[in-house]
Amino acid sequence: MSPASTATATGRVSAWSRVRGSNVLVTVLAFVVAMVIGSVLIAVADTDTQAASKYFFAYPWDTFTAAGRAVVDGYRALFEGAIFNPNTAAQGTLAGILGPISETLVNATPLILGGLGVGLAFRAGLFNIGGQGQVVLGAVFAGYVGFAWHLPVGLHLLVGILAGILGGALWGGLTGWLKARTGAHEVITTIMLNYVAVYLLGFLLSVKGFQRPPYGQAISNVVDDNARLPHLLGGDLRLHAGLIIALLAAYGMHWLLTRSTLGFQLRAVGANQFAARTAGMSVERSYVVVMLLSGGLFGLAGVSQILGTNSAITGDIDAGIGFDAITVALLGRGKAGGIVWAGLLFGALHAGGVQMQASTGTPIDLVVVIQSLIVLFIAAPALVRAIFRMRTTGGGVGQQLAKGWNG
Amino acid sequence: MRHTSQAVKIAAALGAASLLLAGCGSKPSTSGSGGSGGSGGSGSNGGSGSSAKAFKACMVLDTGGVDDRSFNQSSWAGMQAAAKQNSSINVSYVSSSSQNDYTPNLNAETNKGCNTVLAVGGLMGDALKAVAQKNPKEHYAEIDNASSLPNIYGMQYNTAQGGFLGGYLAAAMSKTGKVATFGGINIPPVTIYMDGFWEGVQYFNKQKHKNVAVLGWNEKKQKGGTFANSFTDLNKGKSISQAFIQSGADIIFPVAGGTGLGAGAAAQASGGKVSVIWVDTDGCKSAAQYCKYFLTSVTKNLSDPVTQYVTKAAGGTFPTGNYVGTLANGGTGLAPFHQFDSKVPSSLKSELDSIKKDIISGKIKITSPSQPQ
Repeated sequence: MSPASTATATGRVSAWSRVRGSNVLVTVLAFVVAMVIGSVLIAVADTDTQAASKYFFAYPWDTFTAAGRAVVDGYRALFEGAIFNPNTAAQGTLAGILGPISETLVNATPLILGGLGVGLAFRAGLFNIGGQGQVVLGAVFAGYVGFAWHLPVGLHLLVGILAGILGGALWGGLTGWLKARTGAHEVITTIMLNYVAVYLLGFLLSVKGFQRPPYGQAISNVVDDNARLPHLLGGDLRLHAGLIIALLAAYGMHWLLTRSTLGFQLRAVGANQFAARTAGMSVERSYVVVMLLSGGLFGLAGVSQILGTNSAITGDIDAGIGFDAITVALLGRGKAGGIVWAGLLFGALHAGGVQMQASTGTPIDLVVVIQSLIVLFIAAPALVRAIFRMRTTGGGVGQQLAKGWNG
Repeated sequence: MRHTSQAVKIAAALGAASLLLAGCGSKPSTSGSGGSGGSGGSGSNGGSGSSAKAFKACMVLDTGGVDDRSFNQSSWAGMQAAAKQNSSINVSYVSSSSQNDYTPNLNAETNKGCNTVLAVGGLMGDALKAVAQKNPKEHYAEIDNASSLPNIYGMQYNTAQGGFLGGYLAAAMSKTGKVATFGGINIPPVTIYMDGFWEGVQYFNKQKHKNVAVLGWNEKKQKGGTFANSFTDLNKGKSISQAFIQSGADIIFPVAGGTGLGAGAAAQASGGKVSVIWVDTDGCKSAAQYCKYFLTSVTKNLSDPVTQYVTKAAGGTFPTGNYVGTLANGGTGLAPFHQFDSKVPSSLKSELDSIKKDIISGKIKITSPSQPQ
């Protein structure tokens, strides 16, 4: 039955079938399926359940109660770590009540910025997997300004942020320039530049002036207080002004893509570079510009890492953001608003995962599995539709993904 | 709803499949009828059910996981040993997936009501200091960093001392006059071993008027040296080792975790002409498959000080200040020679003993810039 013939039946059926076929529903259901599989994994990893399963055929009920308890405890801890924890809230302090939300937002901030970076490049037909290197460069530039220069309050932070944007933009722009000039595929160059950035950081962490005395650890000097992003909810909570930057950046990207000439050009190049060229647009220039912007956004993620969340650079300052940002951008379907929500979801999952690990002993890796499953199901909408017997309507993000970069 | 029931079916099938793997057996009888689904069983790791007043010791691991065959694993082994000795000690750990997790992990463990929290890895220093400052009544310990506050106990290691003995031994045992070392990554906790090894060889040359060469590292050139850039890539370790062997080295000291296993593989391929000095743990226990090729191991004893700290803390007195693992207190040293015991001349063994005494007394000065201050 085609959507058109359903629509002729009654208006209500038509609306319902639209909801059932919609991408939002697929996203929600993908989340549900991922959580269900995650609960099986929690149960399997639980030692009590394992013990009870040894006599499963003699007394199966124990296995189910133990598994049920493990799953409920696990997801409750996930919630307590990410949204609200009645135990710490009972202390009555601001940190106790808002602590979990603050952690969620802290984790979400660089993911949103990185997700915007990937999403923006994606809209222009480029797949930026170089987030890791761009975050590292952004953090190195911002961090160096933060600890080596000593400027007045306000100015220091501003210069640090600009330096971070510059670092990420240089690294991203290099890829765009290579593609525009030589046609080198951005996937290859960004991956290679990731290696260059990571080992460059490893080298810098052994250079005097960058490394912290007494040179006993691979860690940089500490960023000046003047250069730190201010805490939004007081010193006890880690939430910092990076979140505001991230939201501004999201609005900026939305405006760029929907309201500006440049954004139109980028989208035109992304949709069909040959048509865009025929229409008189410079495809090469678009590549350079979009990679500068994308790298700059990742640079901001680096700023959030070094001037916000942490105060000194170590070898893993990128914290996997470069790659998590790809999944965030896919989950957010390359749109600014969607990326913000996806970043918040992943931030919440990570913040909750920390609590889940601490209070139930469930490995934090499980959260990564759930994240991956969500993206897996979103990338394969046919699978979700098959599980829930949904009608197929048009293409979802799956087709977008299958089409790939540069179509 | 048919749809959901199908999803449940899939989940159930997955669950059942995993349960079928080990499903037969009888329920451990908890005095008959009841069936209250407790954890039951005489718990092997005396965890939840034991006494009411348990001492909770919690550990925050660095990145790499609990089974990293390195400092996370050894530190956790120390916790487990403490719990084994004293059933009222309850131990648990959380691992960090990046440095972003240090602070939330330390906070979560503190809020959970742990009596003491141990942080593994020197990079956690800043985060630990901030958390400890906000919780002045809580007791903390940190591995690989000096104490920065009264409520933090620092545990550090001068493994250059153990490396020195390894270097001297290697120089004395080499038939080709060339020994080699390589690291995982050029970071101080790695290069401190290589410094010690290099110094040991130089000391041997000076004492015996020999000219044994060290490939792969020179303490005077801290930026140079051979590094695998991995702690897990066995093949990289093997190819580096083979390059060393082709240049004439016959004893190799890998300071690279799992990558070092490649040196064992290369020694095996050489048919026993090449031997290896293992690092951190006694190689004949942690990588027993290559025990035949392990001359000895330069050890870093992470477990015992952790056990001692936790045991003392559970007894009511929290140690303060710093612990520095040295040759004197067994924090570093050489493991037994195992299969090489008969091949190491007894004169060399007594030389090593006297060098050890000289390092402890300060007669031999170790110059590695990576030593704990």
